[in-house]
Amino acid sequence: MALSKEEIFEKVQEALVEALGVDDDEVTEEATLVGDLGAESIDFLDIVFKLEKAFSIQIPREELSPEDILTDSNFVQDGIVTTEGIAELKNRMPWANLDTFAQNPRVQDFGNLLTVGDLVGYVSSKTE
Amino acid sequence: MRWFWIDRFTEFVSGECTKGIKNVTMDEEVVDGYWPDYPILPSTLIIEGMAQLGGILVAEYHQFEKQVVLAKVGKASFLKPARNGDQLQYTVTLDSMQDLGATVNAVSHCDGELQAEVDLMFAFLEEGRFTDGPLFGSGDLRTMLRMMNFFSVAVDSQGNDVGEYRALRDEVA
Repeated sequence: MALSKEEIFEKVQEALVEALGVDDDEVTEEATLVGDLGAESIDFLDIVFKLEKAFSIQIPREELSPEDILTDSNFVQDGIVTTEGIAELKNRMPWANLDTFAQNPRVQDFGNLLTVGDLVGYVSSKTE
Repeated sequence: MRWFWIDRFTEFVSGECTKGIKNVTMDEEVVDGYWPDYPILPSTLIIEGMAQLGGILVAEYHQFEKQVVLAKVGKASFLKPARNGDQLQYTVTLDSMQDLGATVNAVSHCDGELQAEVDLMFAFLEEGRFTDGPLFGSGDLRTMLRMMNFFSVAVDSQGNDVGEYRALRDEVA
């Protein structure tokens, strides 16, 4: 049974509130996990656990965290992701909105740009 | 280093749950010294005891081949203080097991009443990341488990004795 976007959002919101200790109203679609909600690397493990449990899905690490692309010299030069790299990222993560990142695609910024909306999009793609 | 925050395993079912006890005694420096003139086992060390039980539950699931560390305390609530002379009974249940870590739910009872509830998350250290070798000295983990009665109570999910663990054998020089 496919869940509606609203149902997915609510469950993602609940998982983030529990994992990050933030309030409901801070978890908006546009909020970034790292910048706005204060997520640290260990929190991502917790978030993955909670999402896997809430939606009965498996979340392979590279789907949310494309480190292999971000460390590939074919796709990254001088800390900036190349056009091919952006295309590769879009291919790997079609559910994510990478437009903002693409404007200034510094590798170090990548982790900071993931939003709640991106997570909802990801879960949606896994539960269709 | 002496860092024992449970006294004994009382039950252990591989992959499911484990129970242990912690006796709170006046002679422990931390019980006597934490709050002057008010002996109490600090709640942080109750969490540590639960983490020792839970960490072993998680590590044993992987035959002690993975390096398990406490990564996060999800929730922790303490309903009453743990006083000198109390015996705390911890019950830790496996909640979820994934590639990179695991979560457990733990409770503490004293005199039949709920004393604390804690959710814990463990992570598995990757080879070569954060550590260059085992977390325990050769044979130390096995000795600790033996002293805590682990091998006398540990069974698998069918109720059979657990066998030997290759990873716990002394390293051969």
